[in-house]
Amino acid sequence: MSAPLITWFSISALLIAVYGLYLGLFVAPTDYQQGESYRIIFIHVPAAWMSLFIYMVMAISSAIGIIWQIRLADMVAAASAPIGASFTFLALVTGALWGKPMWGAYWVWDARLTSELILLFLYFGYMALQSAIEDQRSADKASGLLAIVGVVNIPIIHYSVEWWNTLHQGATVTKFDKPSMHIDMLIPLLLMAVAFKLFYAALVLVRTRNEALYRDRNRRWVRELVEKL
Amino acid sequence: MNWSEFFDMGGYAFFVWMSYGLTLIVVVANIVSPIMQRKKVIARIKRAIKREQLTGG
Repeated sequence: MSAPLITWFSISALLIAVYGLYLGLFVAPTDYQQGESYRIIFIHVPAAWMSLFIYMVMAISSAIGIIWQIRLADMVAAASAPIGASFTFLALVTGALWGKPMWGAYWVWDARLTSELILLFLYFGYMALQSAIEDQRSADKASGLLAIVGVVNIPIIHYSVEWWNTLHQGATVTKFDKPSMHIDMLIPLLLMAVAFKLFYAALVLVRTRNEALYRDRNRRWVRELVEKL
Repeated sequence: MNWSEFFDMGGYAFFVWMSYGLTLIVVVANIVSPIMQRKKVIARIKRAIKREQLTGG
C-alpha cells in the first residue's frame, strides 16, 4: 500500500535536492557580509525547520493516539522521533560550524541554541521512554505525554531571537513582511526545505511500517506476510 | 570560477564541507537504519514462527 508512495517521495526528494544544491552552491551569489560561509544556510535552515515540523507531527499524533486510541497515530509518533532527533542534531552541528567562522565560537548558551538543544533532549526523552517501558500502550502514553508537554518549547525556539538578546540572527523567511533575502538565495533554500520534507515523508512511512510489523508481531497478518518473504 | 576556487569556498572550505559532509552522513544513516530495522524485525518474527512450530504451538 505504502510502497509506491515511498518510491515517489524518495525520488522527488532526491531530484529536488540535487537541483536545490546546484542552485545553492553554484548559482546563488556570494553574501556581501558572510562570504561563502553562508552556503551552510541551505542545509542548516531546512534541518532546523524539520526539527520543529517533525516535533509537531510527533506531538499531534501522540495526542490523537492518547485521546482517540488510534494505534496508527502512536506508530507515526514513534516512527518520527529518531528522524526528528537526527534533523535536530544536524541543525545544531551545522549551526556550530556556521557559528565558529561568523561569531568566533562553535557554541554559546544563548536562547535559540539552548532551546534547540532542549528539543534534542525532548526527542531523546521520547525515545528513551519508548524503549524503557515494556507495555506498548503505557510506553505510548508516557512518551506521548512528554511530547505534548514539550510543545511549549516550540514557540520558545521560534521567538527566542526576538524575546532575548541573542547572537543568532532573526527570521529572514518566516515573517509577514517580504523575506529579506535575495531571490537567488531564497529559491534554493525553499527547494531544500521541500526536499527535506519529502525525505521525511518517505522515512516516516518506512519506519511506521516497521513499527506495525513489530507491534503486531504475534498477529496473523504479520505472520502470513513474513512467511511469504 | 574554477574548481579549486569552488572547493575553497572563499576560505571557509572546512566549515562548509564539514556541514555538507555531516548532512550526507545523517541522510545515509536515516536510509540505512530503517532498512536494518526491518530486516531485524522480520528475522525475529521468522525465528518465533520456527520456535512455535518446533514446540508444537
